[in-house]
Amino acid sequence: MALPDALFYLFAFLTLLFGALVVANPFSRNPVTSAMFLVLTICAMAGLFVLLNAFFLAAVQILVYAGAVMVLFLFVIMLLDLKEEQRRKINLFGIVTGTGAVLGLGFLLTRTIWGGDLNQSANPRIIGDTKALGLELFTKGQFLLPFEIVSVLLLVAMVGVILLSKKELK
Amino acid sequence: MNVGLEHYLTVSAMLFCLGLLGVILRRNVLVIYMSLELMLNAANLALVAFSRFNENLTGQMMVFFVITVAAAEVAVGLALIVALYRKRQSAHVEDLTSLKL
Repeated sequence: MALPDALFYLFAFLTLLFGALVVANPFSRNPVTSAMFLVLTICAMAGLFVLLNAFFLAAVQILVYAGAVMVLFLFVIMLLDLKEEQRRKINLFGIVTGTGAVLGLGFLLTRTIWGGDLNQSANPRIIGDTKALGLELFTKGQFLLPFEIVSVLLLVAMVGVILLSKKELK
Repeated sequence: MNVGLEHYLTVSAMLFCLGLLGVILRRNVLVIYMSLELMLNAANLALVAFSRFNENLTGQMMVFFVITVAAAEVAVGLALIVALYRKRQSAHVEDLTSLKL
């Protein structure tokens, strides 16, 4: 097996393993453990991005997700001082139907992926480095308006968060 | 068999299902929120894979915007959770049922 293929299987396995540990960890029900495994999931996924030649997005993934977003998560977990989630009575009907629905969705998605003609090029040579993405973003004109809208969105989110975290909501 | 678009899409689909399972099964609001992030990441992986195998950078631009919006969404959502916790002293979904009829 060629090295990139082996690396794909390695990173895919790690991503799914850590993702499963985020959702259901048999050893700990502490939210901090979930957050730590989410960081590992994101790092493994950055490896997949590198394999897909999306170098810029791999770096952004680690900087923004594993760095900023997860620090925010951990900060809130520490702030709320959550105790170990105690077991409550589990709703067996909900678990069975929920798992069944998710399994059905997974089956449908997999069938669709492997059943149709996906129209892919056999030997792709596209490279998503900073230069290529910057040229795509700023010179085509296609993404200039969305870019500005996203900046406004970030401003709105910031104002909203400041308003929400005030002591008295009026 | 060489690793192609199908393999990446399968990983993405499985990751999405894991995230959905977490949203359905877990009872802690913060863990549900992390599962949502997992689902967003699965969609990102599918977009990057399509971008790579169709030789078109538009998919990666889309992921760029998704990451930005997700960062804003996390900030607002966590602020909401903190505000809820202040009122109810709980981050458990079964305690947050004031909208229930």
